[in-house]
Amino acid sequence: MLAFILILTVSLFFTGLIGRTKSIFSGRKGPGILQPIKNIILLFRKSGVFSTSSSVILQIAPSIAFGAVLTAAMLIPFSIHGSLISTHFDFIIFICLLGLGRFFMIIAALDTGSSFEGMGANREAFYGMLLEPAFLIIMASFCIITGTYSFETIFYTIGQYHIEYILTSILAIFVFVNIALVENSRLPVDDPKTHLELTMVHEVMILDYTGFDLALIQLSNFLKFAVYGTLIANCLIPAQWNIGFQILLLILIQALFAITVGFIESFRARNRINKNIQYILAISAVAFIAFILALIVNKHTI
Amino acid sequence: MSHLVSLVFLLPLLIFLFQGQLKRITALVLIFAIAITSSYLAFQVLSSGVDVRLTIPLIGQFILVFDNLSSFFILIINFVVITGALYSGSYLKPYIETKPNISFSLHYVCLVLLHFSMVLVCLAREGLLFLTAWELMTISSFILVAFDAEHKTVLKTSISYLIQMHIGLIFILAGFFWVEKQTGIFGFDGLPAYFLKYNNIPVFLLFFVGFGIKAGFTPFHTWLPEAHPAAPSHVSGIMSGVMIKLGLYGILRVCTCLHSDFTTIGVIILIVSLHSGIYGIMLAILQRDIKRILAFSSIENIGIAGIGIGTGLIGLGESNLILVILGFTGALLHILNHSLFKSLLFYSAGTVYWATHTRNIEQLGGIIHKMPKNSIVFLIGILSLCAFPPFNGFVSEYLIFYGLFYGIQSSLPFHIILFITSIIGLALISGLAMFCFTRVFGLGFLGNPRTKYEAKETDFSMLFPKILTIIIIVSIGFLPAFFAKAVSNVVMNSFTLNGTLIYSPICFCSLNKIALVSGIFVIISAAVLLIRYITLKNRKNSFQPTWGCANPGVSEANQYTSTSYTSEYSKLTRPIIETIKDYDVITEDEIFPKKRKFKFRSIDRIKTKVVDRFSLSFVSSLRSLARLQTGYMQHYVLYALVFLIFMIVITFFNII
Repeated sequence: MLAFILILTVSLFFTGLIGRTKSIFSGRKGPGILQPIKNIILLFRKSGVFSTSSSVILQIAPSIAFGAVLTAAMLIPFSIHGSLISTHFDFIIFICLLGLGRFFMIIAALDTGSSFEGMGANREAFYGMLLEPAFLIIMASFCIITGTYSFETIFYTIGQYHIEYILTSILAIFVFVNIALVENSRLPVDDPKTHLELTMVHEVMILDYTGFDLALIQLSNFLKFAVYGTLIANCLIPAQWNIGFQILLLILIQALFAITVGFIESFRARNRINKNIQYILAISAVAFIAFILALIVNKHTI
Repeated sequence: MSHLVSLVFLLPLLIFLFQGQLKRITALVLIFAIAITSSYLAFQVLSSGVDVRLTIPLIGQFILVFDNLSSFFILIINFVVITGALYSGSYLKPYIETKPNISFSLHYVCLVLLHFSMVLVCLAREGLLFLTAWELMTISSFILVAFDAEHKTVLKTSISYLIQMHIGLIFILAGFFWVEKQTGIFGFDGLPAYFLKYNNIPVFLLFFVGFGIKAGFTPFHTWLPEAHPAAPSHVSGIMSGVMIKLGLYGILRVCTCLHSDFTTIGVIILIVSLHSGIYGIMLAILQRDIKRILAFSSIENIGIAGIGIGTGLIGLGESNLILVILGFTGALLHILNHSLFKSLLFYSAGTVYWATHTRNIEQLGGIIHKMPKNSIVFLIGILSLCAFPPFNGFVSEYLIFYGLFYGIQSSLPFHIILFITSIIGLALISGLAMFCFTRVFGLGFLGNPRTKYEAKETDFSMLFPKILTIIIIVSIGFLPAFFAKAVSNVVMNSFTLNGTLIYSPICFCSLNKIALVSGIFVIISAAVLLIRYITLKNRKNSFQPTWGCANPGVSEANQYTSTSYTSEYSKLTRPIIETIKDYDVITEDEIFPKKRKFKFRSIDRIKTKVVDRFSLSFVSSLRSLARLQTGYMQHYVLYALVFLIFMIVITFFNII
């Protein structure tokens, strides 16, 4: 329960912090950290505008995607404090739920019959397809080094012996950060601030959304960031610490994560679209290195 | 008495006597009769765990054995055939005016015979009976595929189907003969004795190729993408849903007879299945014909089930009970799940074809506006196929993933590498499936119509079989532990480890949690939708044209096409799958270019490079033999004389 509440709380400030970092680096005064929340409240109060070509899919997709992400967030533990629901290999359910959300957003994009949205839809489907193996390889290496099978037990063990597993953890953090960047359509894969539809991935898919639905889509993105941030924090937080310090460290790590994303967005250009595939495959390659490392570590500890 | 029994087998011929709708009703009655008798016995076997042996006195004695494995398959067969037969009535209605009466009679007789022979295949142990049933299955399905045989392509594909099935039959026959030569028993009962004494691998490979052609493992898959689109939709549903699974049944049946070499055979099956899975779905993405896409995706799903079988066999080799139970339960459950959602998808794709007369997704689009119910049915099938909770496909893929993740704890480095490769492969397969089916649904069913076509929602009789299937799909999704336990009982009663029966070391409790997560997901989504409905109800919502960069002239032709959807993907897969663009280049002296055509197609390299090349060289070698056929009577008499002399010489020297 603690993990879920923390994820929900952190998610509210995450994107604001990214924006704030970017504004500081570019020398602007910039919006406050709470600006995205204010935007969402504003969106919730608007009425809807729907495409005439669209069907019921366009209307239900954001709600289902939000439901999927929220359910996925329930599976995430916080250090030794368990998740709401835990079972063997819950990370498979996690990845399938995120996939379900993505699926609905993709078909909703195609529902409008737009000339642009298919572009984003096929890129999203394509990148998502290449991301899943990377995540599962990382989880497999965690399974090997800890000898356990669920988020809760894996991070429990990692927390206990986090110094021994630090190498795998570092690689895993690298992979999680990159997966979060791709999943949330951030630089260097996708530029959320671009104005050209041809180069968008996520933004072009939601061109025809407004009001309530757009707010839900943005909320799911916030949640996804916080979920991956919590996964990253779990690799680092020592289990022996007092719970207060653990929460403090989590908030620190999440803030650092947000600042890193803002930093990357301030100083990096977006990849060429056809370079994105190589970029995502490189994430899988790093995950595979983590797996081999885990095998070696495992052989030494036993 | 025996003659009376044999009369029962002639009952389907009654269909020839009736007219009109009575044909279908007679067929339905017969199918229900077969289904009820066999299901009754199958349920009895599954609940008690004790095999039932029936002796049928008919030209000698035929022994039918209901054991757990066959009962499981019989239940699947009965369900899919019944839904298919229910669906067939409305689907075939438009043909009544154009087709002669006799072709309807033939169609329904063969439908009954196909059902009968599939049930018989599961029950027969004795070689001759099994092969007869297997052959009856092939021939009846051939006639069913050839329903539209006025079209040259349909006739050609159905004949090529018949030939490829018989190549498979030769391998199975060779396997049986080999075993009979060593043990003296013709049939599956001879296999345990054979495997105890001799090398397993050659005979297993013979059976694997023979059954693999039916199942559609690569590189024996070439008949599937041709035969499924050619057949009427209920037939493709039955063929893809259950008939190809009987290939897997054969492989499983042979596996139950093994005593050793589990690991080697498991590795072979695992590697072939991984290849089938990835290759099948990779090709599916590049197709435009809905039924062809579904056929390629059947190859993929056979691959997924095969991954489970391979995992289970490796578990037997390692004496790892958890792996055995998870692998085989995942595989069998996936066989059940695939038969449900694939038949559902074929029925609703068939309904689209029935209403619009096209299967090309480039020509469809916007079906959801004209046929909302059918589109939602298709969406449910897709969600289940892509393994998303809360539907059934997720349960079996979860179990197979469970097994693979459990397997990487193995102490053998080779197995670890194999299992992690399978995990990557399976993850890629499900990702590719999502890519493939967002394309089918998004471009074929959503958006604006790409061409002008007529379509209207179907009546209830076409919807009813689909609803039946959906009920089972959802109930597996929400009661996974119940179904998995039932299936694991089948596994426990079918496989032995070092001669002792295996037991299940896991309780499938995690599946209850999965159902819980699915439930929470559904409740949250429903709650969000409800809140959305309430808040938006009283506001001034408006409908506007889709955003087109402020260009008001955006039309249907500006929509994303299926080829552009896959352009990035086809660039990436070019080393594996060849895609060909046929077009005339605009030359410099052509100032006003004329209207020209652009063709884009993908090529199945296994078909062109391996199967076609082999069969073409075979045909050309036969052609050189045809030189003997001169057309002169004198030459033929000479051949007869030469043959007689040859016979005399060899008998003289006591060679035969």
